[in-house]
Amino acid sequence: MTVKEREVWELGSTDKLWTPASGAANTAVEVRISHVAKHFGKHPVLTDVNLDIRPGEFVAIVGHSGCGKSTLLRLISGLDFPSEGRILVDGRPVTRQLSEARIMFQDARLLPWKRVLENVGIGLRGEWKAAALEALHRVGLADRAGDWPAVLSGGQRQRVALARALVSQPKLLLLDEPLGALDALTRLDMQRLVEQVWSRQNFTAILVTHDVGEAVALADRVVVLERGALSLVQRIDQQRPRVPGDASLGEIEGEILARLLEGNR
Amino acid sequence: MAATGELFRHIAVSTARAAAGFALGGAIGFAFGLLTGVSDTAARVFASSFQMIRNVPHLALIPLFILWFGIDERAKLYLVALGVFFPIYLNTYHGARTVDAGLIEVGRVYGLTRAELFRQVIFPGALPSILVGVRFALGLTWLTLIVAETISASSGIGYMTMNAREFLQTDVVVLGILIYALLGKLADLATVFLERRCLSWHPAFAMQGVETR
Repeated sequence: MTVKEREVWELGSTDKLWTPASGAANTAVEVRISHVAKHFGKHPVLTDVNLDIRPGEFVAIVGHSGCGKSTLLRLISGLDFPSEGRILVDGRPVTRQLSEARIMFQDARLLPWKRVLENVGIGLRGEWKAAALEALHRVGLADRAGDWPAVLSGGQRQRVALARALVSQPKLLLLDEPLGALDALTRLDMQRLVEQVWSRQNFTAILVTHDVGEAVALADRVVVLERGALSLVQRIDQQRPRVPGDASLGEIEGEILARLLEGNR
Repeated sequence: MAATGELFRHIAVSTARAAAGFALGGAIGFAFGLLTGVSDTAARVFASSFQMIRNVPHLALIPLFILWFGIDERAKLYLVALGVFFPIYLNTYHGARTVDAGLIEVGRVYGLTRAELFRQVIFPGALPSILVGVRFALGLTWLTLIVAETISASSGIGYMTMNAREFLQTDVVVLGILIYALLGKLADLATVFLERRCLSWHPAFAMQGVETR
């Protein structure tokens, strides 16, 4: 989707509570991954990964479990470092944890001893409450601000985690199967929310998932990670917002799935 | 005895000793527990020697303590502190070790400083376990103190009951025992209250009237 299209969609939105991210302070980053390898002891997880991600692009990485998807995400975020090759974010090599990146994990990982609002405000400095409340508003949970995470449902917790990731206006959002543990309907809701948020707030998104349908529904580009390297890159140019169950999307999903299963044989 | 104020004097003396010993042993245990819980190096250095000392019944050290520190307040204070140290240390250590690694990672990703990570993630994560230690320790406090007072003291409830035994005042002995029970129960209630306050986020503690009652 072009910037123009994105604006049109934004204007056409009915959600008046939304305030788009302001100014040039929040610009998406470019990620260049070149010849990245990672091994744990003698066990190679990634052998040769090459991928360039444009600023503001939504890329999904799919693959079998244990193929190194999450490892790749950790390398990009600076939680871990490649054994070989390098990762450049906006031209700078990742040498420590990226302050402009936020991760959403499969489990929401909310601090159980902090109320929802405080969880969203974690790590924020200064006047954080208004910003945190606003972020909760965006995910539709402003009324649960004073609750303990323990009383929320799985989907609600993930929405809080999304608010927490977005409140600091990240330039890069890394999604590590964040919807994997949700039931099918909640997952569709969350996919729509993620797509919405991504198209309104300007950031680069990298989604790791084993759900090809989800990857196809959300991403501009789907890449398949196999035996430590990328084996397929599939562009997806469908109009946004995408409709679940769209036939052409289903076709692409079928192709990618066939590829994945074939590779496994 | 209540009328002359003698009883209350004994209770006050014992309570002060218990509190001082608990504070001393608890503080040291807490500090070492966190240190060894957070740092692998510290764990290697201290953990095994602490485990060794822990298995010596601390009441067996009474003769040694009397030789070292005499029969004044210090011997009793240190003995109580020693008794309190281990449950607090062990539970703090265990609590800090078992804080969910995923949550610590979240703290790192969301840019918490080391101090913030400690205050917002590690300490609250270890707290349920620490409070279990506190509860154990409170019981041990009274136990240790009573034994210490029975052996060498000129005041306190332990002294009062021992003295009464010499004069065959069974009623005073029974009274002493009842007071121990009461004080123990009060200490326990205090921790239950503390758990409710500090762990209100925890589904198991948020419920009304569970635990002990």
